[in-house]
Amino acid sequence: MAKSKSTTNATSAPEGQKSRRDFIVVASYAMGAVGAGAFAWPLVDQMNPAADTLALASIEVDVSKISEGQSITLKWRGKPIFIRHRTKSEIAEAAEVATADLRDPEDDGLRVQKPEYLVVLGVCTHLGCVPLGQKVGEVRGEYDGWFCPCHGSHYDSSGRIRKGPAPTNLEVPPYTFLSDQVIRIG
Amino acid sequence: MSEKQFSNPAVRWIDHRLPIFSFLNHEANEYPTPKNLNYFWNFGSLAGISLVVMIITGIALSMSYTAHVDYAFESVERIMRDVNHGWLLRYIHMNGASFFFIVVFIHIFRGLYYGSYKAPRELLWILGVVILLLMMATAFMGYVLPWGQMSFWGATVITNLFSAIPGVGEAIVTWLWGGFSVDNPTLNRFFSLHFLLPFVIVGVVVLHLVALHRFGSNNPLGIDTKGPQDTLPFHPYYTIKDFFGLSVFLTFFAAAVFFFPNFMGHPDNYIPANALQTPAHIVPEWYFLPFYAILRAVPDKLGGVLAMFGAIAVLFILPWLDRSPVRSGRFRPIFKIFFWLLLADCVLLGYIGAMPAEGLYVLVGRLATVWYFVHFLVILPVLSVIETPRPLPQSISKPIFTGGGAMAGAAAAPKEKV
Repeated sequence: MAKSKSTTNATSAPEGQKSRRDFIVVASYAMGAVGAGAFAWPLVDQMNPAADTLALASIEVDVSKISEGQSITLKWRGKPIFIRHRTKSEIAEAAEVATADLRDPEDDGLRVQKPEYLVVLGVCTHLGCVPLGQKVGEVRGEYDGWFCPCHGSHYDSSGRIRKGPAPTNLEVPPYTFLSDQVIRIG
Repeated sequence: MSEKQFSNPAVRWIDHRLPIFSFLNHEANEYPTPKNLNYFWNFGSLAGISLVVMIITGIALSMSYTAHVDYAFESVERIMRDVNHGWLLRYIHMNGASFFFIVVFIHIFRGLYYGSYKAPRELLWILGVVILLLMMATAFMGYVLPWGQMSFWGATVITNLFSAIPGVGEAIVTWLWGGFSVDNPTLNRFFSLHFLLPFVIVGVVVLHLVALHRFGSNNPLGIDTKGPQDTLPFHPYYTIKDFFGLSVFLTFFAAAVFFFPNFMGHPDNYIPANALQTPAHIVPEWYFLPFYAILRAVPDKLGGVLAMFGAIAVLFILPWLDRSPVRSGRFRPIFKIFFWLLLADCVLLGYIGAMPAEGLYVLVGRLATVWYFVHFLVILPVLSVIETPRPLPQSISKPIFTGGGAMAGAAAAPKEKV
């Protein structure tokens, strides 16, 4: 419409100038774009987590029931959470490692809030499988942690990647100690 | 199809191999359209846009809906309360159904008044009636999905219509239900079909458009276009008019969605389905009310069902019932009166359909039902013979009363005012 060769004075402008019609056209398109966007956003956003999904996004766990050397697996946001009550030797082992040599350098002290309880997401950072090592008798890899059977990633007793294709350490979820025994994840 | 030379070389390359741009240019840009279309011709595009809105919001809703008797009602409530913008999407979908029918009913009565069903547009009309039937089936099954009291008992009553068929009726109803009552299998198949049918409608709409573009739109004068002087290119003249109409339509639509979203619904449908108790007064959605009134008007089970389906079936043969060579009601003084009577009759049937089937309502419903069929089966064929139409204008460009083309050469002929 802006290009229309109008001959009436009301709508045309001298060569190279903007007419009032140009303004109306641009304003109309802009308003139309805003309207289309306002309709499109709810359609996109409805696929984001709903209120009830978000309401269930945190869990509370009593860790006092986990005896030393034992691990438990919980489901949090649809994914496994590993909580391990580490033995003295595992803690020492994790602390001794020369952090700078690791693929994803991270100090053990920064990965735990209380050294005896390691809380990590049980999802291999390679392609999302659940690593072995939670149950008694399962393969725990060469570093006393976890071993992912899909593509052979070895994690140590701090959940750090030591060998295999995974690029980063097992993720530590956000959690807080509500008391000495109870932690809230999420 | 003639190939258009596009200035953009990429477009030209594609168009030479896949003439999609030529096609669009031909059918949506240059497409010659009668220049005298009034605002009643907006409702076709509005119906198309309504269909798209229904499909888009429906797909979004289906992502959060659960088609199971134990979860359906709650999943809809979850959409209303927890899903991001779920209330908006559901209210658009819910009211969209009503607005789709409003638009389609106006579109149909436009066709009835201006004789758009007459030769050579009979198939165009018939495809439109097919779309109406598909819409009714889709709307009915969609109304069942929230699994409220009206959903359940509406489904029970409507599926039971088929039990009126002699001999095989019971077997057909059992087959429709997938059991011995409306239950989980019924809900599952209704969800499946409610998802499928809109895309079938899209297919028939495409055929409807192909048939439309064969001879172009009818127009308020009901006479054929006789050349470029009678037409305008579709773009920008009718695109801008359609957009303007759309903005008016959306104003009303948005008002309903945001300010009285439940006005056209029934509170009973916010009560979860209960197979042991029927609500005191069950009525279908408003757009089915005239048909519901016809169903109840006949004091016989099979007869009522036949009359209800007959009310649609009669539209299929309409092009052969109305044999008058004049299309537009504007030039048919007697037809025009009966047209308005038919419209009033349909509104009356809708009112009767919403009222309880007792007392005077029954009598009025029967008379209105008889009138509906008399209009199509008696009045229209008789009018075709006895009515003397007013003289038709020579062409869309020429004023109406120029006897014998006296002004044929007058370039500055005034625009017709009708």
